[in-house]
Amino acid sequence: MAKTAEEIADAMFKMVSDAQGLKKLKPGDLNKLMIQTYPDEVDKKLCKAAIKLLVNNGRCVYTYFGGSFIELPHREGAAND
Amino acid sequence: MADQLPNTPILDELEKGTWPSFVKEIKLAAKNSPMSRDLLGLLEQSYEEKIGHWKHGGIVGVMGYGGGVIGRYSDLPEKYPNVSHFHTIRINQPSGWFYTSEALRTLCDIWDKHGSGLTNMHGSTGDIVFLGCRTEALEPIFSELTEAGFDLGGSGSDVRTPSCCVGPARCEWACYDTLALTYDLTMHYQDELHRPAFPYKFKFKMSGCPNDCVASIARSDMSIIGIWRDDIQINHDEVTKYAEGGMNIQRDVVGNCPGKCMDWDGKELKIENSYCRHCMHCINVMTKALRPGKDRGACVLLGSKAPIVEGALLSSVLIPFWKPKPPYTDLKDMVERMHDVWCEEGKARERIGEFIQRVGLGNFLEECEIDIAPEMVAHPRENPYIFYEEYYEEDDGEEDEDGE
Repeated sequence: MAKTAEEIADAMFKMVSDAQGLKKLKPGDLNKLMIQTYPDEVDKKLCKAAIKLLVNNGRCVYTYFGGSFIELPHREGAAND
Repeated sequence: MADQLPNTPILDELEKGTWPSFVKEIKLAAKNSPMSRDLLGLLEQSYEEKIGHWKHGGIVGVMGYGGGVIGRYSDLPEKYPNVSHFHTIRINQPSGWFYTSEALRTLCDIWDKHGSGLTNMHGSTGDIVFLGCRTEALEPIFSELTEAGFDLGGSGSDVRTPSCCVGPARCEWACYDTLALTYDLTMHYQDELHRPAFPYKFKFKMSGCPNDCVASIARSDMSIIGIWRDDIQINHDEVTKYAEGGMNIQRDVVGNCPGKCMDWDGKELKIENSYCRHCMHCINVMTKALRPGKDRGACVLLGSKAPIVEGALLSSVLIPFWKPKPPYTDLKDMVERMHDVWCEEGKARERIGEFIQRVGLGNFLEECEIDIAPEMVAHPRENPYIFYEEYYEEDDGEEDEDGE
Protein backbone atom coordinates (compact mmCIF):
# COMPACT_ATOMS: atom_id res chain seq x y z
CA MET A 1 0.00 0.00 0.00
CA ALA A 2 1.34 3.42 -0.91
CA LYS A 3 2.50 5.67 1.89
CA THR A 4 0.98 9.07 2.56
CA ALA A 5 2.96 12.31 2.58
CA GLU A 6 2.39 12.55 6.34
CA GLU A 7 3.88 9.10 6.93
CA ILE A 8 6.89 9.92 4.81
CA ALA A 9 7.26 13.26 6.59
CA ASP A 10 7.33 11.42 9.93
CA ALA A 11 9.95 8.97 8.67
CA MET A 12 12.03 11.83 7.28
CA PHE A 13 11.71 13.72 10.55
CA LYS A 14 13.10 10.72 12.40
CA MET A 15 16.03 10.51 10.00
CA VAL A 16 16.78 14.21 10.39
CA SER A 17 16.49 13.94 14.19
CA ASP A 18 18.82 10.93 14.30
CA ALA A 19 21.36 12.66 12.09
CA GLN A 20 21.23 16.04 13.85
CA GLY A 21 24.70 17.06 14.98
CA LEU A 22 26.28 14.10 13.18
CA LYS A 23 25.48 14.59 9.50
CA LYS A 24 23.71 17.26 7.53
CA LEU A 25 21.15 15.73 5.18
CA LYS A 26 20.26 17.30 1.85
CA PRO A 27 16.72 17.01 0.51
CA GLY A 28 18.11 14.67 -2.14
CA ASP A 29 19.60 12.44 0.58
CA LEU A 30 16.21 12.18 2.27
CA ASN A 31 14.53 11.32 -1.02
CA LYS A 32 17.05 8.59 -1.79
CA LEU A 33 16.82 7.11 1.73
CA MET A 34 13.02 7.06 1.58
CA ILE A 35 12.96 5.43 -1.84
CA GLN A 36 15.48 2.85 -0.63
CA THR A 37 13.46 2.15 2.50
CA TYR A 38 10.06 1.99 0.79
CA PRO A 39 10.93 1.11 -2.82
CA ASP A 40 7.42 0.27 -3.99
CA GLU A 41 5.52 2.81 -1.94
CA VAL A 42 7.34 6.07 -2.43
CA ASP A 43 8.34 8.24 -5.38
CA LYS A 44 10.12 11.59 -5.73
CA LYS A 45 6.87 13.51 -5.94
CA LEU A 46 5.70 12.13 -2.62
CA CYS A 47 9.09 12.87 -1.03
CA LYS A 48 8.84 16.45 -2.27
CA ALA A 49 5.39 16.79 -0.72
CA ALA A 50 6.67 15.32 2.55
CA ILE A 51 9.57 17.80 2.75
CA LYS A 52 7.16 20.65 2.04
CA LEU A 53 5.00 19.45 4.92
CA LEU A 54 7.97 19.19 7.28
CA VAL A 55 9.15 22.71 6.53
CA ASN A 56 5.76 24.38 6.32
CA ASN A 57 4.74 23.13 9.76
CA GLY A 58 8.07 24.18 11.26
CA ARG A 59 9.28 20.73 12.32
CA CYS A 60 12.34 21.18 10.09
CA VAL A 61 14.08 24.12 8.50
CA TYR A 62 16.22 24.64 5.43
CA THR A 63 19.78 25.60 6.26
CA TYR A 64 22.67 26.69 4.07
CA PHE A 65 26.29 25.80 4.72
CA GLY A 66 27.87 25.76 1.29
CA GLY A 67 24.85 23.78 0.10
CA SER A 68 21.24 23.51 1.26
CA PHE A 69 20.29 21.05 3.98
CA ILE A 70 17.27 20.05 6.04
CA GLU A 71 17.76 20.19 9.80
CA LEU A 72 15.82 20.54 13.02
CA PRO A 73 15.32 24.16 14.04
CA HIS A 74 18.18 25.22 16.29
CA ARG A 75 20.02 28.30 17.41
CA GLU A 76 22.34 29.56 14.75
CA GLY A 77 26.00 29.17 15.66
CA ALA A 78 26.94 32.48 14.06
CA ALA A 79 23.97 34.38 15.47
CA ASN A 80 24.42 37.44 17.66
CA ASP A 81 21.76 37.82 20.32
CA MET B 1 24.26 64.91 11.22
CA ALA B 2 27.43 64.70 9.13
CA ASP B 3 29.61 64.88 12.33
CA GLN B 4 28.04 61.66 13.54
CA LEU B 5 29.47 59.72 10.63
CA PRO B 6 32.53 57.69 11.59
CA ASN B 7 35.94 58.81 10.42
CA THR B 8 36.62 56.82 7.23
CA PRO B 9 39.82 58.04 5.50
CA ILE B 10 40.29 54.85 3.48
CA LEU B 11 36.67 54.63 2.33
CA ASP B 12 36.79 58.33 1.43
CA GLU B 13 39.32 57.48 -1.28
CA LEU B 14 36.58 55.51 -2.99
CA GLU B 15 34.46 58.63 -3.33
CA LYS B 16 37.01 60.29 -5.61
CA GLY B 17 36.62 60.30 -9.36
CA THR B 18 33.61 60.78 -11.59
CA TRP B 19 32.21 57.27 -11.37
CA PRO B 20 29.46 56.18 -8.97
CA SER B 21 30.63 55.41 -5.46
CA PHE B 22 29.01 52.96 -3.08
CA VAL B 23 30.66 54.87 -0.21
CA LYS B 24 28.90 58.05 -1.28
CA GLU B 25 25.59 56.19 -1.30
CA ILE B 26 26.15 54.57 2.09
CA LYS B 27 27.02 57.98 3.56
CA LEU B 28 23.85 59.41 2.07
CA ALA B 29 21.81 56.62 3.64
CA ALA B 30 23.70 57.02 6.92
CA LYS B 31 22.08 60.41 7.46
CA ASN B 32 18.86 58.59 8.34
CA SER B 33 19.96 55.04 9.01
CA PRO B 34 21.98 53.94 12.07
CA MET B 35 22.62 50.65 10.28
CA SER B 36 24.34 52.42 7.40
CA ARG B 37 26.36 54.48 9.89
CA ASP B 38 27.67 51.40 11.64
CA LEU B 39 28.27 49.76 8.28
CA LEU B 40 30.67 52.56 7.37
CA GLY B 41 32.59 52.06 10.62
CA LEU B 42 32.76 48.30 10.19
CA LEU B 43 33.84 48.57 6.57
CA GLU B 44 36.57 51.09 7.39
CA GLN B 45 37.89 48.74 10.06
CA SER B 46 37.86 45.84 7.57
CA TYR B 47 39.82 47.92 5.08
CA GLU B 48 42.33 48.91 7.77
CA GLU B 49 42.84 45.39 9.02
CA LYS B 50 42.36 43.67 5.65
CA ILE B 51 39.99 41.25 7.37
CA GLY B 52 36.30 40.71 6.71
CA HIS B 53 34.12 41.07 9.77
CA TRP B 54 31.07 39.19 8.52
CA LYS B 55 29.90 35.75 9.64
CA HIS B 56 27.68 33.66 7.38
CA GLY B 57 24.30 32.78 8.82
CA GLY B 58 22.91 29.51 7.54
CA ILE B 59 19.48 29.29 9.10
CA VAL B 60 17.74 32.62 8.76
CA GLY B 61 14.88 32.75 6.29
CA VAL B 62 11.14 33.04 6.11
CA MET B 63 8.76 30.27 7.06
CA GLY B 64 8.48 27.58 4.41
CA TYR B 65 11.17 28.94 2.12
CA GLY B 66 14.72 27.66 1.79
CA GLY B 67 15.97 30.54 -0.34
CA GLY B 68 15.79 34.28 -0.70
CA VAL B 69 17.57 35.28 2.50
CA ILE B 70 21.34 35.25 2.99
CA GLY B 71 22.25 35.43 6.66
CA ARG B 72 24.97 37.83 7.75
CA TYR B 73 26.18 38.66 11.27
CA SER B 74 29.01 40.93 12.29
CA ASP B 75 31.77 39.55 14.49
CA LEU B 76 32.00 42.95 16.21
CA PRO B 77 28.45 43.27 17.58
CA GLU B 78 29.46 45.27 20.65
CA LYS B 79 31.35 47.89 18.67
CA TYR B 80 28.81 48.13 15.85
CA PRO B 81 25.50 47.02 17.38
CA ASN B 82 23.36 48.29 14.50
CA VAL B 83 24.93 45.84 12.06
CA SER B 84 25.02 42.95 14.50
CA HIS B 85 22.48 41.33 12.13
CA PHE B 86 22.82 42.40 8.53
CA HIS B 87 20.91 39.90 6.42
CA THR B 88 20.49 40.22 2.68
CA ILE B 89 17.14 39.64 0.99
CA ARG B 90 16.82 38.70 -2.65
CA ILE B 91 13.57 39.69 -4.31
CA ASN B 92 12.44 38.25 -7.62
CA GLN B 93 12.75 41.03 -10.17
CA PRO B 94 10.21 41.54 -12.95
CA SER B 95 11.34 40.14 -16.32
CA GLY B 96 13.60 42.65 -18.05
CA TRP B 97 13.70 44.87 -14.91
CA PHE B 98 10.72 46.99 -15.87
CA TYR B 99 9.06 48.84 -12.98
CA THR B 100 6.49 51.50 -12.48
CA SER B 101 7.68 54.35 -10.26
CA GLU B 102 4.94 53.32 -7.84
CA ALA B 103 6.40 49.82 -7.55
CA LEU B 104 9.85 51.26 -6.85
CA ARG B 105 8.46 53.58 -4.19
CA THR B 106 6.64 50.66 -2.58
CA LEU B 107 9.85 48.63 -2.43
CA CYS B 108 11.79 51.56 -1.00
CA ASP B 109 9.10 52.30 1.60
CA ILE B 110 9.11 48.69 2.80
CA TRP B 111 12.89 48.69 3.01
CA ASP B 112 13.21 52.08 4.74
CA LYS B 113 10.68 50.89 7.32
CA HIS B 114 12.34 47.57 8.15
CA GLY B 115 15.94 47.59 6.94
CA SER B 116 19.05 49.64 6.32
CA GLY B 117 17.62 51.43 3.28
CA LEU B 118 20.55 50.17 1.18
CA THR B 119 19.69 48.33 -2.00
CA ASN B 120 21.54 46.80 -4.89
CA MET B 121 19.60 47.25 -8.12
CA HIS B 122 20.35 44.63 -9.20
CA GLY B 123 22.45 41.73 -7.93
CA SER B 124 24.38 39.55 -10.36
CA THR B 125 21.60 36.97 -10.31
CA GLY B 126 19.27 39.73 -11.46
CA ASP B 127 17.33 40.00 -8.21
CA ILE B 128 16.47 43.17 -6.39
CA VAL B 129 18.79 43.03 -3.38
CA PHE B 130 17.93 44.52 0.00
CA LEU B 131 21.11 44.83 2.05
CA GLY B 132 20.95 44.64 5.81
CA CYS B 133 18.13 43.83 8.19
CA ARG B 134 17.62 42.09 11.51
CA THR B 135 16.25 38.56 11.82
CA GLU B 136 12.99 39.70 13.42
CA ALA B 137 12.32 42.00 10.44
CA LEU B 138 12.36 39.18 7.87
CA GLU B 139 8.78 37.97 8.25
CA PRO B 140 7.22 41.47 8.26
CA ILE B 141 9.24 42.38 5.16
CA PHE B 142 8.18 39.18 3.41
CA SER B 143 4.58 39.77 4.32
CA GLU B 144 4.59 43.34 2.98
CA LEU B 145 6.45 42.33 -0.17
CA THR B 146 3.96 39.61 -1.01
CA GLU B 147 1.10 41.98 -0.34
CA ALA B 148 2.67 44.33 -2.90
CA GLY B 149 2.92 41.51 -5.45
CA PHE B 150 6.60 40.64 -5.00
CA ASP B 151 8.17 37.37 -3.93
CA LEU B 152 11.59 36.30 -2.75
CA GLY B 153 14.18 35.11 -5.23
CA GLY B 154 16.40 32.08 -5.11
CA SER B 155 19.46 31.31 -3.02
CA GLY B 156 21.17 28.12 -1.97
CA SER B 157 20.94 24.87 -3.92
CA ASP B 158 17.84 25.78 -5.87
CA VAL B 159 16.70 27.23 -9.16
CA ARG B 160 17.95 30.79 -8.97
CA THR B 161 15.68 33.61 -10.05
CA PRO B 162 15.47 33.35 -13.85
CA SER B 163 16.69 36.48 -15.55
CA CYS B 164 16.61 37.93 -19.06
CA CYS B 165 17.51 40.87 -21.23
CA VAL B 166 14.92 43.51 -22.15
CA GLY B 167 14.10 41.40 -25.19
CA PRO B 168 11.44 42.45 -27.68
CA ALA B 169 10.14 45.07 -25.24
CA ARG B 170 12.95 47.42 -26.25
CA CYS B 171 15.31 45.62 -28.60
CA GLU B 172 14.82 45.04 -32.31
CA TRP B 173 17.38 42.21 -32.39
CA ALA B 174 15.40 39.93 -30.04
CA CYS B 175 14.88 36.60 -31.78
CA TYR B 176 12.30 35.38 -29.27
CA ASP B 177 10.24 36.71 -26.39
CA THR B 178 12.73 36.49 -23.53
CA LEU B 179 10.32 38.20 -21.13
CA ALA B 180 7.55 35.68 -21.71
CA LEU B 181 9.86 32.70 -21.33
CA THR B 182 11.43 34.11 -18.17
CA TYR B 183 8.06 34.77 -16.58
CA ASP B 184 6.81 31.32 -17.56
CA LEU B 185 9.90 29.54 -16.18
CA THR B 186 9.72 31.60 -12.98
CA MET B 187 6.13 30.55 -12.39
CA HIS B 188 6.70 26.95 -13.43
CA TYR B 189 9.70 26.47 -11.14
CA GLN B 190 8.25 28.14 -8.04
CA ASP B 191 8.72 25.01 -5.97
CA GLU B 192 12.31 24.49 -7.13
CA LEU B 193 13.01 28.21 -6.60
CA HIS B 194 11.86 28.34 -2.99
CA ARG B 195 12.67 24.80 -1.83
CA PRO B 196 16.28 23.85 -2.52
CA ALA B 197 16.52 20.23 -3.65
CA PHE B 198 19.50 20.15 -6.00
CA PRO B 199 23.17 19.31 -5.48
CA TYR B 200 23.91 23.00 -6.05
CA LYS B 201 22.46 26.10 -7.68
CA PHE B 202 20.87 26.08 -11.15
CA LYS B 203 20.52 29.28 -13.16
CA PHE B 204 18.45 30.11 -16.23
CA LYS B 205 19.30 33.22 -18.22
CA MET B 206 17.57 34.28 -21.39
CA SER B 207 19.18 36.48 -24.03
CA GLY B 208 17.24 37.61 -27.07
CA CYS B 209 20.17 37.54 -29.50
CA PRO B 210 23.82 36.49 -29.66
CA ASN B 211 24.91 39.88 -28.26
CA ASP B 212 23.92 38.13 -25.01
CA CYS B 213 23.40 41.29 -22.95
CA VAL B 214 22.82 39.25 -19.77
CA ALA B 215 26.02 37.25 -20.42
CA SER B 216 24.02 34.06 -20.12
CA ILE B 217 26.70 32.01 -21.85
CA ALA B 218 29.06 32.66 -18.96
CA ARG B 219 26.75 33.09 -15.99
CA SER B 220 23.96 30.56 -16.21
CA ASP B 221 23.73 26.80 -16.12
CA MET B 222 21.13 26.97 -18.86
CA SER B 223 21.69 29.75 -21.37
CA ILE B 224 18.89 30.34 -23.87
CA ILE B 225 20.20 32.67 -26.55
CA GLY B 226 18.15 33.99 -29.46
CA ILE B 227 19.38 33.09 -32.91
CA TRP B 228 18.21 32.80 -36.53
CA ARG B 229 18.83 30.01 -39.00
CA ASP B 230 18.14 31.63 -42.37
CA ASP B 231 20.02 34.47 -44.04
CA ILE B 232 20.90 37.84 -42.52
CA GLN B 233 18.54 40.43 -43.96
CA ILE B 234 20.36 43.04 -46.06
CA ASN B 235 19.07 46.45 -47.09
CA HIS B 236 21.46 47.30 -49.92
CA ASP B 237 20.38 50.94 -50.12
CA GLU B 238 21.32 51.42 -46.47
CA VAL B 239 24.66 49.65 -47.06
CA THR B 240 25.37 52.18 -49.80
CA LYS B 241 24.45 55.03 -47.47
CA TYR B 242 26.90 53.73 -44.83
CA ALA B 243 29.65 53.63 -47.49
CA GLU B 244 28.78 57.12 -48.71
CA GLY B 245 28.74 58.32 -45.13
CA GLY B 246 32.38 57.38 -44.74
CA MET B 247 32.20 53.96 -43.12
CA ASN B 248 35.11 51.75 -44.09
CA ILE B 249 33.05 48.63 -44.70
CA GLN B 250 36.03 46.53 -45.77
CA ARG B 251 38.03 47.31 -42.64
CA ASP B 252 35.34 47.73 -39.99
CA VAL B 253 32.78 45.15 -41.06
CA VAL B 254 34.22 42.58 -43.46
CA GLY B 255 37.66 42.62 -41.84
CA ASN B 256 36.23 41.95 -38.40
CA CYS B 257 33.99 39.05 -39.42
CA PRO B 258 35.21 35.95 -37.53
CA GLY B 259 33.66 33.60 -40.10
CA LYS B 260 35.19 35.48 -43.04
CA CYS B 261 31.82 35.10 -44.70
CA MET B 262 31.44 38.62 -46.07
CA ASP B 263 32.61 40.23 -49.25
CA TRP B 264 32.56 43.94 -50.21
CA ASP B 265 33.53 45.00 -53.69
CA GLY B 266 32.97 48.68 -53.02
CA LYS B 267 29.40 48.53 -54.33
CA GLU B 268 27.70 45.45 -53.00
CA LEU B 269 27.91 43.56 -49.71
CA LYS B 270 27.60 39.77 -50.04
CA ILE B 271 27.25 37.31 -47.19
CA GLU B 272 27.92 33.57 -47.40
CA ASN B 273 25.43 32.71 -44.68
CA SER B 274 26.48 29.08 -44.27
CA TYR B 275 29.77 30.37 -42.83
CA CYS B 276 28.16 32.98 -40.57
CA ARG B 277 28.96 32.43 -36.89
CA HIS B 278 26.12 34.65 -35.72
CA CYS B 279 28.49 36.89 -33.79
CA MET B 280 26.30 39.96 -34.45
CA HIS B 281 29.29 42.20 -35.24
CA CYS B 282 28.13 43.29 -38.70
CA ILE B 283 24.57 43.78 -37.49
CA ASN B 284 25.76 45.87 -34.54
CA VAL B 285 27.91 48.06 -36.79
CA MET B 286 25.42 48.55 -39.64
CA THR B 287 22.20 48.68 -37.68
CA LYS B 288 20.13 50.17 -40.48
CA ALA B 289 21.47 47.88 -43.19
CA LEU B 290 21.57 44.45 -41.60
CA ARG B 291 19.14 42.52 -39.46
CA PRO B 292 18.93 38.98 -38.10
CA GLY B 293 17.11 36.55 -40.41
CA LYS B 294 13.37 35.95 -40.32
CA ASP B 295 13.44 32.31 -39.15
CA ARG B 296 14.16 33.09 -35.53
CA GLY B 297 14.34 30.96 -32.40
CA ALA B 298 16.86 30.19 -29.70
CA CYS B 299 19.93 28.11 -29.08
CA VAL B 300 19.85 26.27 -25.75
CA LEU B 301 23.22 25.88 -24.08
CA LEU B 302 24.21 24.22 -20.85
CA GLY B 303 26.90 24.24 -18.23
CA SER B 304 28.49 27.61 -17.54
CA LYS B 305 29.62 28.65 -14.10
CA ALA B 306 32.05 30.93 -12.30
CA PRO B 307 35.26 29.55 -10.76
CA ILE B 308 34.15 28.59 -7.26
CA VAL B 309 34.60 24.87 -6.63
CA GLU B 310 36.33 24.18 -9.95
CA GLY B 311 37.37 26.39 -12.86
CA ALA B 312 35.07 28.64 -14.86
CA LEU B 313 33.08 27.10 -17.70
CA LEU B 314 31.16 28.56 -20.62
CA SER B 315 27.92 26.93 -21.69
CA SER B 316 28.09 24.63 -24.70
CA VAL B 317 25.37 23.83 -27.20
CA LEU B 318 22.61 21.48 -26.15
CA ILE B 319 19.84 22.28 -28.63
CA PRO B 320 21.23 24.08 -31.69
CA PHE B 321 17.90 25.61 -32.70
CA TRP B 322 14.72 25.67 -30.67
CA LYS B 323 11.45 27.41 -31.46
CA PRO B 324 10.19 28.77 -28.12
CA LYS B 325 6.42 28.34 -28.03
CA PRO B 326 4.32 28.68 -24.87
CA PRO B 327 3.90 26.68 -22.68
CA TYR B 328 7.45 25.51 -23.57
CA THR B 329 6.63 21.93 -22.58
CA ASP B 330 9.46 20.46 -24.66
CA LEU B 331 12.06 22.54 -22.81
CA LYS B 332 10.56 21.85 -19.39
CA ASP B 333 10.44 18.09 -20.04
CA MET B 334 14.08 18.11 -21.05
CA VAL B 335 15.08 20.18 -18.02
CA GLU B 336 13.20 17.81 -15.73
CA ARG B 337 15.09 14.83 -17.15
CA MET B 338 18.38 16.68 -16.68
CA HIS B 339 17.52 17.64 -13.12
CA ASP B 340 16.60 14.03 -12.33
CA VAL B 341 19.94 12.70 -13.59
CA TRP B 342 21.92 15.48 -11.88
CA CYS B 343 20.05 15.07 -8.56
CA GLU B 344 20.52 11.31 -8.69
CA GLU B 345 24.23 11.24 -9.53
CA GLY B 346 25.58 14.74 -8.78
CA LYS B 347 27.94 15.35 -5.89
CA ALA B 348 27.32 18.04 -3.28
CA ARG B 349 28.22 21.50 -4.66
CA GLU B 350 28.68 20.13 -8.16
CA ARG B 351 27.20 22.36 -10.83
CA ILE B 352 25.58 20.65 -13.78
CA GLY B 353 28.46 21.74 -16.06
CA GLU B 354 30.98 20.10 -13.74
CA PHE B 355 28.78 17.02 -13.53
CA ILE B 356 28.76 16.76 -17.32
CA GLN B 357 32.54 17.06 -17.41
CA ARG B 358 32.85 14.28 -14.83
CA VAL B 359 30.44 11.80 -16.44
CA GLY B 360 31.03 12.82 -20.06
CA LEU B 361 28.61 14.65 -22.33
CA GLY B 362 27.76 11.49 -24.27
CA ASN B 363 26.67 9.65 -21.13
CA PHE B 364 24.77 12.66 -19.87
CA LEU B 365 22.88 13.09 -23.14
CA GLU B 366 22.05 9.40 -23.26
CA GLU B 367 20.70 9.43 -19.70
CA CYS B 368 18.66 12.56 -20.43
CA GLU B 369 17.39 11.14 -23.75
CA ILE B 370 18.70 14.10 -25.73
CA ASP B 371 19.72 13.57 -29.35
CA ILE B 372 23.31 14.22 -30.26
CA ALA B 373 23.88 17.07 -32.73
CA PRO B 374 27.03 18.02 -34.62
CA GLU B 375 26.77 21.55 -33.20
CA MET B 376 27.67 20.21 -29.74
CA VAL B 377 31.29 21.26 -29.96
CA ALA B 378 33.81 22.33 -27.36
CA HIS B 379 34.73 25.41 -29.38
CA PRO B 380 33.53 26.81 -32.72
CA ARG B 381 34.97 24.93 -35.70
CA GLU B 382 36.48 22.19 -33.51
CA ASN B 383 35.69 18.50 -33.67
CA PRO B 384 32.70 17.30 -31.72
CA TYR B 385 33.70 15.68 -28.48
CA ILE B 386 31.03 13.04 -28.76
CA PHE B 387 31.73 9.51 -29.84
CA TYR B 388 29.08 7.95 -32.03
CA GLU B 389 28.75 4.36 -30.87
CA GLU B 390 27.36 3.19 -34.23
CA TYR B 391 30.41 4.62 -35.97
CA TYR B 392 32.74 2.66 -33.74
CA GLU B 393 30.73 -0.52 -34.13
CA GLU B 394 31.07 -0.26 -37.92
CA ASP B 395 34.78 0.38 -37.58
CA ASP B 396 35.20 -2.67 -35.40
CA GLY B 397 33.51 -4.81 -38.02
CA GLU B 398 35.77 -3.54 -40.80
CA GLU B 399 38.84 -4.15 -38.72
CA ASP B 400 37.76 -7.75 -38.09
CA GLU B 401 37.24 -8.42 -41.79
CA ASP B 402 40.67 -7.04 -42.61
CA GLY B 403 42.14 -9.21 -39.92
CA GLU B 404 43.85 -6.20 -38.31
